[in-house]
Amino acid sequence: MSGFKVLQPGLLTLIQDAGRIGQHRIGLTTGGPLDSNAFAWANRLLNNDGNATALEISIGGLVMEAQCDTYIVLTGAAMPLKINGTEQEGWCAHKVQAGDRIDVGFSSAGARAYLAVSGGFTVAKSFTSTATVTREGIGGLNGEKLQQGDILPAESAADQQVYRLPEAFRPDYTAAVSLRVITGYQQDAFSDVQKRLFFSSEYKVTDRADRMGYRLEGPQITPSIDGILSEGICHGAIQVPADGQPIVLLNDRQTIGGYPKIGSMIAMDTARLTQLLPGSAVSFEEISIDAAHNLRCLEQARFARTEPEAL
Amino acid sequence: MSQTEYQTTRVEIAGENALILYFGEKTDPAVSAKVQQAVDALETVLADVLIDMVPSYASLLVIFNPLACDHLEVRRRIRTALSDQAAGEASEGRLVSLPAYYSTESGPDLEDLASRANLSVEEVIKIHSEMEYRVYAIGFAPGFAYLGEVDERIAAPRLSTPRQKVPRGAVAIADRQTAVYPAVSPGGWNLIGLCPTRMFNPDATPSMPVQVGDRIRFEPIERDEFLSLGGEL
Repeated sequence: MSGFKVLQPGLLTLIQDAGRIGQHRIGLTTGGPLDSNAFAWANRLLNNDGNATALEISIGGLVMEAQCDTYIVLTGAAMPLKINGTEQEGWCAHKVQAGDRIDVGFSSAGARAYLAVSGGFTVAKSFTSTATVTREGIGGLNGEKLQQGDILPAESAADQQVYRLPEAFRPDYTAAVSLRVITGYQQDAFSDVQKRLFFSSEYKVTDRADRMGYRLEGPQITPSIDGILSEGICHGAIQVPADGQPIVLLNDRQTIGGYPKIGSMIAMDTARLTQLLPGSAVSFEEISIDAAHNLRCLEQARFARTEPEAL
Repeated sequence: MSQTEYQTTRVEIAGENALILYFGEKTDPAVSAKVQQAVDALETVLADVLIDMVPSYASLLVIFNPLACDHLEVRRRIRTALSDQAAGEASEGRLVSLPAYYSTESGPDLEDLASRANLSVEEVIKIHSEMEYRVYAIGFAPGFAYLGEVDERIAAPRLSTPRQKVPRGAVAIADRQTAVYPAVSPGGWNLIGLCPTRMFNPDATPSMPVQVGDRIRFEPIERDEFLSLGGEL
């Protein structure tokens, strides 16, 4: 079996494809990349299928040895990439050969980077997807984050056309973010005063921010109800438990829950949120479902039309 | 479901690609049957745009592909599908029997629960195993089925300190809900026995022996039978 040998796994490196869908009815969550935009670019710069399996590297610290000749690309957070000790550009495909050492350092901006390989890592699917959800012990090599000594299977790739995304098109993870929220679910359980407080205040990302949800800290929001009959939770839903501190539910969320929810953050913005480190400040902005739909379609069109440079 | 009944179904926005349907406000087999009926109907009429659905006690979350349609179109199809549905077609669900080894050995909270309820251990077992339960929801963990409702006499609040490790197969009670833990996990429910049937087996097809809408009966078994069915103590 050829592929990549993990010399150092980093803080949290997970095998992910675009996510596990259609499995909520047996209690399985979605998984998949927290920053779907950076993930999509990683695959596109190698001409991969959009659902090809890549690595999500949180914070950094991954070291691997290539065991085959192929191409790699690193997108997302600004983690220094070195091949055999020589620094290489992110958002740009690079050829690697068997025996090469690939070093992904710690991020200077952003929290998640995506490392893709030509053709994707060839990992067996579990419930239609390779996405790792450690809480469920599903996906990846064995339901766990990468471990030292793991072999990530990949095929050798013949010479092929690969790409670089010009800097002008890359996201700026240091920019201030206003996160757009569609009010919905139990929004009526929040008075106008509480909603105004939520949408006019600054919140901070706490250190209890993981793939399941980002707990934020700021002015306390009080719903008029304690809890609800457990119901389905969609991606980006913002639940407000008894302490009044909002939690944005993400890819590894539980599929059902009983806390009141003020609404849901749009996926473009959960992608930005999950690039933030604890202590970062965020604010919220209300958006209609129609405006959110337009943004989603525009984002898709922009992604399709942005031409990376051929190398 | 008649036109007037549809009007009692609330459709709310949940997120950029999700609507949530509310069929009632409380745990009720009739409401749960409506949820199940809607799952069956929407699976067909939304087939080309549906990403996933999450049925629960009285609600149904519908997640659609926003690049294939918009919420107005999804609402329109939901409205049509639900108003076209004939009343009284809700399936009863399958009746699934789950063996349970009830004992103080396999259910560390059985004695406490009995004494708080002023019942004997045997009475608690009898009451729990005589009732038929409905699968209201699946979530919390893969294969975790929320079953309801247990007889009021044996309803019990969650433990004040959840256990770090509840064993796989634990038969448990929280308030008027009961469940079988599909895997070792932390949990605060009262443990009254062990079930040797695997509630979630990723290598099996189907991976769960039950689905939302099914009916469950617990069948008391002895220690020997529990062990011979693959149960572990």
